[in-house]
Amino acid sequence: MKIRAQIGMVLNLDKCIGCHTCSVTCKNVWTSRQGVEYAWFNNVETKPGVGYPREWENQDMWNGGWTLHGNSKLKPKMGGKFRLLAKIFANPDLPEIDEYYEPFTYDYQHLQQAPESRTMPTARMSSVITGERMEKPHWGPNWEEILGGEFSKRSKDSNFEDIEKEMYGQFENTFMMYLPRLCEHCLNPSCVASCPSGAIYKREEDGIVLIDQDKCRGWRMCVSGCPYKKIYFNWQSGKSEKCTFCYPRIEAGDPTVCSETCVGRIRYLGVMLYDADRIGEAASAPDKEDVYQAQLDIFLDPNDPEVIEQAKKDGVPESWITAAQQSPVYKMAMDWKVAFPLHPEYRTLPMVWYIPPLSPIQDAVAKGKIDSDGVIPDVTKLRIPVKYLANMLTAGKEAPVVAGLQRMIAMRAYMRARSVEGVNATGILDQVGLDEQTLDDMYRIMALANYEDRYVIPTNHREYAGETPFDNEIAFNHRSSCGFSFGNGCSDGISKTSLFGSPTHKNTLSGKPRAAKD
Amino acid sequence: MANYINQFFFGIYPYIAITVFFLGSLLRYDRDQYTWKASSSQMLSKKDMRLGSNLFHIGIIMLFFGHLMGLLTPHWAYHFMLSAGTKQLLAMTAGGIFGIICLIGMILLIRRRMLDARIKATSQASDLPILLILFVQLVIGLLTIPFSAQHMDGSSMLALASWAQHLVTFQGDAASFVAGEAFIFKVHLVLGLTIFLIFPFTRLVHVWSVPIQYLTRSGYQIVRKRS
Repeated sequence: MKIRAQIGMVLNLDKCIGCHTCSVTCKNVWTSRQGVEYAWFNNVETKPGVGYPREWENQDMWNGGWTLHGNSKLKPKMGGKFRLLAKIFANPDLPEIDEYYEPFTYDYQHLQQAPESRTMPTARMSSVITGERMEKPHWGPNWEEILGGEFSKRSKDSNFEDIEKEMYGQFENTFMMYLPRLCEHCLNPSCVASCPSGAIYKREEDGIVLIDQDKCRGWRMCVSGCPYKKIYFNWQSGKSEKCTFCYPRIEAGDPTVCSETCVGRIRYLGVMLYDADRIGEAASAPDKEDVYQAQLDIFLDPNDPEVIEQAKKDGVPESWITAAQQSPVYKMAMDWKVAFPLHPEYRTLPMVWYIPPLSPIQDAVAKGKIDSDGVIPDVTKLRIPVKYLANMLTAGKEAPVVAGLQRMIAMRAYMRARSVEGVNATGILDQVGLDEQTLDDMYRIMALANYEDRYVIPTNHREYAGETPFDNEIAFNHRSSCGFSFGNGCSDGISKTSLFGSPTHKNTLSGKPRAAKD
Repeated sequence: MANYINQFFFGIYPYIAITVFFLGSLLRYDRDQYTWKASSSQMLSKKDMRLGSNLFHIGIIMLFFGHLMGLLTPHWAYHFMLSAGTKQLLAMTAGGIFGIICLIGMILLIRRRMLDARIKATSQASDLPILLILFVQLVIGLLTIPFSAQHMDGSSMLALASWAQHLVTFQGDAASFVAGEAFIFKVHLVLGLTIFLIFPFTRLVHVWSVPIQYLTRSGYQIVRKRS
């Protein structure tokens, strides 16, 4: 057993209102630069829909993630090492920028400088890349916002697998939900596996997956390797970039920007302990429906004395073990089983988990009453088909999602009975296998969601990064050095002129369009 | 005067070019690794990439290793199994085939770089020139084939090989071997050396980073500590 710790995230989709605050604050902090204008490390999609980039979930098309060869050997879906290198001159699995969208800006200056005219001046769009005028955008990070577009196009969504989807195209039966997406910081990341340069790595201390900007050579295999399409190729720097899980903030014990600014309080951050020796075993569970359970199996109970002892031996700091014991992520994923991984069938063992959304009971109105199974309404009658959620969160296995939804409904019913009718309806709890104390805990963390309950983030212990525990040299060596930089030591890596090639573009998101070359 | 020019271009210029090649690469790697990349533009426009880039790269890699081995393998190492004449025929055939493959790919890539609006807008100043220089060098290389065909005994090839081998072993008399060769060979050599000279200042540096270590990496995953 080799115990490692990771900061995981849970998003409570039941509370997501689709306001895109996470996306916007993330963009302002991380991707308002040249070359990544089109990139959204965090974006919120409306489901059902094909998403951004188009049809990212369709791995028959993009070949992301892993596959099992001969029922046991795990290989990137793009191919083994030789096959992957054979794609290096021209990668057939690479999305073109139009699958995301061509970045654009508006000619705002025209609004101020236009001469007197009979009609209002307008700010027209132009491409950030070529400077040429664009008539209209064709895709974007939230293109299908609130079910925008035709059902025939949106229904290409891979999560409709094994579902008779035609009826959901009718207005009476339509359903929707929001899906905020970011890098999953997987335990078995296929981007790391597909990087020929070895520039992408998973940090041992907190599990954050990062790209070494100096070592990246721009072979662009990671873009295809990641099944979530959360690695973006910076067309200006020629290097790949990705969500950093706001590691400078995490190291200081602060939540990521997307979490901090979430107005719906849907995001949770907490430590998970897991057995690193069993990652391969979990990722190669023979049946794709079993990968979710296999991932649960390698998470370790932070209250188990044996686990604590081994964790200390493996260099997990005391404060991290304490944090793991209070981790909201552990509670929701392991204790209450209300949070699920996104597409476990990709076999990357993702660490950003989701609580499925409740939805109105479908035929309540038609029947004149709510159809219920005892006290708890039948979740299979929810407006969002359980199969759809299961395809997204548990590789199609409905039972875990049903159990999770039932617990959430039970929590509502119980709390309603208690606070409105003043009744302790413990019968409801018995049906879903919860006790009063657990329910209070669930209610406090999931419904009230106070700041300190949502984010239990221990600060980074850099002294543990040395050869021995408490290697203080590490901390002293980093004192007063530069923090975040784009390679090139402490320089910002971007100079006006360079013998080795200067940037070709200025940041045109200021609204000053780039002059188109002829 | 002719002797001076010959001595400069084939006795001195090679050392300048190779020195800049190595030192420039080293400096760039050390000082500005953020600029060290393949500089792929595939994601902006994938049209013609699949065919063009594959043909170009396969062709040019085979040509590079053909030249490397052809020029630097000492005569004694192969003469017992391969006569100079046969070796020349082999070089002409292989060079011709891969030359044509590379040429087709290169034409596609040059067309793409000159005509595609996105590629044009995002090209570094050196991107098109280096492509054109390689193109000219390739065409000259292909044009040397008829010249070689005029003397199939391999003498010309041996002279060029001796030039290269005397250069890399610092024997000082390298230039004398090419003095009597056809002008087109000389142009090919000088332009070839010039490619080495400008190499560190272009995207060509990605050649140094051929990711062979990927194949020898144990397993797939990489886990690193913070520092």
